[in-house]
Amino acid sequence: MSVFSSNNSLTARPSRLRRQPGSRPQRPSWDEEPGAAAKAGKAVVLAVVVLAVLGPLYTIVLTSFSSQATITQAGGLVLVPGEMSLSAYQQILSGGVVTRAVLVSVGVTATGTALSMVVSVLCAYGLSRPGSFAHTPLLFTLLVTMFFSAGIIPAYLLVSGLGLINTYWALILPSCISVFNIIILRGFFMGIDRGILDSARIDGASEWRTLTQIVLPMSKAVTAVIALFYGVGYWNAFFNAVLYINDSSMNPLQVVLRSYVLQGVSVAGQVDVGSGAAAGPALQMAVIVLAMVPILIVYPFVQKHFTKGVMIGAVKG
Amino acid sequence: MSTGTEHQAAPPSALAARTSTAPQATAGSGRKGMAHAAGRVRPKANLKLRFARDRSLVFMVLPAVVLLGIFAYIPMLGNVVAFQDYSPYVGIPESPWVGLENFARVFADGDFWLAVKNTLTITAFQLLFFFPIPIALAMLLNSLVNPGLRAVIQSVVYLPHFFSWVLVVSVFQQIFGGAGLLNQALRANGWQPVDIMTNPDTFLFLLTSQAVWKDAGWGIIVFLAALSAIDPAQYEAAAVDGAGRWKRIWHVTLPGLRSVIVLLLILRLGDSLTVGFEQMILQRDAVGAQASEVLDTFVYFTGVQNGDWSYAAAAGLVKGVVSLALILAANKIAHVFGESGVYSK
Repeated sequence: MSVFSSNNSLTARPSRLRRQPGSRPQRPSWDEEPGAAAKAGKAVVLAVVVLAVLGPLYTIVLTSFSSQATITQAGGLVLVPGEMSLSAYQQILSGGVVTRAVLVSVGVTATGTALSMVVSVLCAYGLSRPGSFAHTPLLFTLLVTMFFSAGIIPAYLLVSGLGLINTYWALILPSCISVFNIIILRGFFMGIDRGILDSARIDGASEWRTLTQIVLPMSKAVTAVIALFYGVGYWNAFFNAVLYINDSSMNPLQVVLRSYVLQGVSVAGQVDVGSGAAAGPALQMAVIVLAMVPILIVYPFVQKHFTKGVMIGAVKG
Repeated sequence: MSTGTEHQAAPPSALAARTSTAPQATAGSGRKGMAHAAGRVRPKANLKLRFARDRSLVFMVLPAVVLLGIFAYIPMLGNVVAFQDYSPYVGIPESPWVGLENFARVFADGDFWLAVKNTLTITAFQLLFFFPIPIALAMLLNSLVNPGLRAVIQSVVYLPHFFSWVLVVSVFQQIFGGAGLLNQALRANGWQPVDIMTNPDTFLFLLTSQAVWKDAGWGIIVFLAALSAIDPAQYEAAAVDGAGRWKRIWHVTLPGLRSVIVLLLILRLGDSLTVGFEQMILQRDAVGAQASEVLDTFVYFTGVQNGDWSYAAAAGLVKGVVSLALILAANKIAHVFGESGVYSK
């Protein structure tokens, strides 16, 4: 039974990688040069797309760093850089609700990702050899959960029955493994040259040693990508917390972001209002930026590893 | 089924060559030796021997299976509350059984059907206005000759996929909300501000725009991979035969994307009853339940919020079973049309 035969596409890149390294890409001779109008049309569409993504982020980041005077002058969001100020960040990071929420989110994300990766890598490797003991029933056990999910009510009753309500484990355990991620990892492990694994076995390496010393070092790119998927999942999780956490002091950042930006709870009302407090919009933007920052930091690495993953595949193929 | 158990001669790699000098010492003794003997035994011949050989692999899978058992399979059984009048104070064993009463109530409930209607409307709308965008964008990107430019644009359009829904809705709030950038500009020029974020009549467009902003860029990744798998010789042959740009798209590009499009359509259809749960929860206060009630929110609010557990579980179970039927049916249709679908035997 093969599921998601296209799963390798997650680490795929367009055709340029197929070209010879070093050769300058150029239009093939049979392809006619597009007309000026077509070129301009393409450029406009792509510019609009890029602007639609980056424009909002630009103004939000800029506003978060702007001083009260600049924001008042702009009438809300700032488009042209004026006087800069860090007071919004100083205010939300000097203890209080936002600071605590950041710590909760960081802790849950770090613990959760580590646990998810250990369980997923082990499972994917254990299932990477069709024909091994109980391979098909075990795989089937995983796959069934992709097609039928139990629903919110029984999940809630279970978590509450296990006594996990108002614990950080409720934010980790129910979403600890993604079968989809395991299938991607498994696909990659299955693609590793059998000869290498067999020779390790002949050398007397146990499965554990083969996994940690041979397979994992060969799979850095794909494990990085999957770790990022898990990490982003934990960092972004919002509904789990709404469902399982009633104690507002345990709320992760996404829930706090919602209450400040979407439910209009005043940030300043929750934080010590000192003299020279930052403007409301700047505080809101600063919370948005905080929720974005970890993703912006790790994102370039995702990109790098996407490329690398394909290069390994290309060398193998 | 057989490939895994046959430990055939490794291709001559450096590692294999090195090991050939001293394999007997390890392979000849203990379990490892058995493992290699087992490789020649027919797979089903000796379960005990196979377990002895593969037990580390089985142990590796166990943590995941235990977690799934607890957090995926036990809740499946927990759906029995749909057939009870469940009370959290007495628990599942003591709660009285009521047969199909909850289901009868669900099907007679106008609010449930409103949720069904909203869910299906949103799915249909997004199939029309979301689904084609990644395909078009991927084809556009693929037509760029400069790989550097293409990589930059890819990095930009993938990014919002990694943002949470809270963040995406917050960003929309800052741009289109009452105090947002758009209305700020309108007011500055003396125009009437427009109501986008809290208007139930245009909520469908808002939802779809948010989904497009977040995920349309990420959606192109699959299509780019499929496009790169099309043999350039096909384009060349078509061009030599006199096919122009549009004819090549129609006769080479689109057929090349066909199986991926079918696969994603199946997945989307199987997920017809699941639409933007977090998006709805986040914006329910702003636009009201009439526009934003979908099946998942219906289950959540009747169950967890109002404590009508059995009733909500019944609605959730209906959703789960119908979704399963949908994905199986969609896959069947794909097989009939000669596509491989999501899974194959």
